[in-house]
Amino acid sequence: MRSIRAAAVGAVTMSLALAATACGGGSSSGGGSNDSPKTLTYWASNQGASIAVDKQVLQPELDKFQKQSGIKVKLEVVPWSDLLNRILTATTSGQGPDVLNIGNTWSASLQATGALLPWDAKNFGKIGGKDRFVDSALGSTGATDKDPAAVPLYSMAYALYYNKKIFAEAGIAKPPTTWDELVADGKKIKAKGKSVIGAEGANVSENIHHVFVFAKQHGADFFTADGKPDFTNPKIVDAVKQYVDLMAEDKVIPTGDAEYAQNQSVSDFAKGKQAMLLWQSAAANLKSQGMSEDDYGITPVPVRSGTPGTGAQTNSMVAGINIAVFKNSHNLDGATQFVKFMTSDAEQKILNTAYTSIPPVKGAQSDAAFNSPANAVLKNTLATSAAALPQVSSESQFETAVGTAVKDLFADAAAGRAVTADSVKAKLEKAQQQMPAA
Amino acid sequence: MTTTALQEPVRKTSPGAAREPRRRTGRIRRIGLPYLLLLPALLLELLVHLVPMVIGIVMSFKELTQFYIRDWGTAPWSGLGNYQVSVDFDAPVGEALLHSFFVTVGFTLLSVGLCWLIGTAAAVYMQGTFRGRGLLRALFLVPYALPVYAAVITWVFMFQHDNGLVNHVLHDQLHLTDERSFWLIGDNSFYALLTVSVWKGWPFAFLIVMAGLQNIPGELYEAAALDGAGMWQQLRRITLPSLRPVNQVLVLVLFLWTFNDFNTPYVLFGKAAPEAADLISVHIYQASFVTWNFGTGSAMSVLLLLFLLVVTGGYLLFTSRGRRAADV
Repeated sequence: MRSIRAAAVGAVTMSLALAATACGGGSSSGGGSNDSPKTLTYWASNQGASIAVDKQVLQPELDKFQKQSGIKVKLEVVPWSDLLNRILTATTSGQGPDVLNIGNTWSASLQATGALLPWDAKNFGKIGGKDRFVDSALGSTGATDKDPAAVPLYSMAYALYYNKKIFAEAGIAKPPTTWDELVADGKKIKAKGKSVIGAEGANVSENIHHVFVFAKQHGADFFTADGKPDFTNPKIVDAVKQYVDLMAEDKVIPTGDAEYAQNQSVSDFAKGKQAMLLWQSAAANLKSQGMSEDDYGITPVPVRSGTPGTGAQTNSMVAGINIAVFKNSHNLDGATQFVKFMTSDAEQKILNTAYTSIPPVKGAQSDAAFNSPANAVLKNTLATSAAALPQVSSESQFETAVGTAVKDLFADAAAGRAVTADSVKAKLEKAQQQMPAA
Repeated sequence: MTTTALQEPVRKTSPGAAREPRRRTGRIRRIGLPYLLLLPALLLELLVHLVPMVIGIVMSFKELTQFYIRDWGTAPWSGLGNYQVSVDFDAPVGEALLHSFFVTVGFTLLSVGLCWLIGTAAAVYMQGTFRGRGLLRALFLVPYALPVYAAVITWVFMFQHDNGLVNHVLHDQLHLTDERSFWLIGDNSFYALLTVSVWKGWPFAFLIVMAGLQNIPGELYEAAALDGAGMWQQLRRITLPSLRPVNQVLVLVLFLWTFNDFNTPYVLFGKAAPEAADLISVHIYQASFVTWNFGTGSAMSVLLLLFLLVVTGGYLLFTSRGRRAADV
């Protein structure tokens, strides 16, 4: 009898406990606090050749921060394939890191969720003011009419990497500056049995970065001035077609690249199988794959004609990483302090050197370490001929919808199906219809 | 059946009315205890299964986009809006969902059929005793035992256009194709997906059918053999009818698993599956996670749930009626 009573009591207790935990969840909609001032959780993006490399780069700096401030930072390096989903989950549940890295193109989309701490004048003041940062980098931190949702951390730009030996063998004296030259050079390179230029045809984000620049070169934007999608604009159709035609018509991108999505094109280039590569700040990546810096040259991405500049002469997106503070943080002061540390001149030099990126902080950018010829190309591109992706709240949906359309077009080209203005338009029309009503 | 019934139960006279209440509480306690002990399980079931399901259904009536995910309560009600978008087959979202649905149905029918066929054939052949039977049985189960991700990523490598094993064998060695085929993009992706799904699914059918075969008495086969039934007749007249109840469950389970399979297409194709292999689970994932519209995603999930409920209910009704008819 006693054991039955005990079992009954146990059952009731457990039921109550369950009911209590069931009610305990849910998101806290309020702001953050300073309840736990001694610790921070930091989600870093994967900037190095591997997650282990990132830990090696970041941990000594975090230790330094702990010595200065007494705050212990728990580091987690999140791979790119998971990062956006992890942030969305954290936003939905209200349980997230204190500080996190985001791809700068996501700024406006994440800003719209309200999960990130807005960087108004007061918050910027705590990290030394807004004018410490380069304008082009600040242009990718959220919608123009709102306070930035994040602070620039690393800046990157696209450049054309070319294999010096293959160019010499094919008798090409100087790297191409226009797409026509690139296609013409491609014929010489193919005659030597090498592939011409790589692409990540199945990588939705890579596709977006390129068609965005091609659209700029055709004088068109994917969004109207008031933020409405305008994907079927004839100039956009031409721009997308020109990019896909590098495989379909000009045959400089090998058909096999249509299924690439894991940076296989970087490996092809590093192994010397392929003459050219369009990539953002690839030096560290190429080095880790065993390609010596002397073997390749770096030059601005081609334009349609003339030289790189603004408007139709744009030849790169403003690529980069921003650092943001999660509004629900229980250590808001510590989080701001950590952002200040990470964007300080000294740390910017260390981190951007390790990742071969460009510091978005003026004080660090002028340092001699960033004046190598390779960095000069990237720095110059960022300063004079790079444009920020649309800072609209539906940016991430745009990446998916249009990026997938380009992926499908590459698949058509690879299968030998004709890529026509009509087929491009049809895919873009479908993408546009999938966009949320603004 | 009816002759012995209707005997008046002998009622013992109660020793005293005073003891009635105590006995009643005792009885309540006796009857109540099992329910009390079931309570934690019931609550857990609620917590793990029903609550998320109900939340999902509620979400499907809300406009849960990026602007509201931080605080779900503020998301405006959209009524049947999400459902209207999902089933408007003239508009791109509904059209894509319908396309995805047909692809999934075709894929599921083929995959379940092949899994069952291969699994049953293998189980029947493994019935006889021969050397190495245990080893073969263990080997057959390997695809089922492997972690899904590791297994499918291996297939991704094998299906690669430039360096994949499949193209190496089909094109370089056997010269069956004029040029290397694409397996992970374009129309062939359907066959790639089907291959991996069958490879992964048939060992389960094999395992279940093999277990079912153990319950068929050997005498049946002996008697049939004496009566002159050949191997084929034994299979048709004894094995398959005896396996009927096992098969009913097996096909249902395989159907539900295959229809809802997320891991295989996701690992094979990533977030944006090719149209030819756009299975509904990945499609819904994309509609919600990648476009950040959890409302329509939930509405699609609810529609999928309803469809599977109807199919499962219809199937159970149909098969149980068949069984009742067979029992008479």
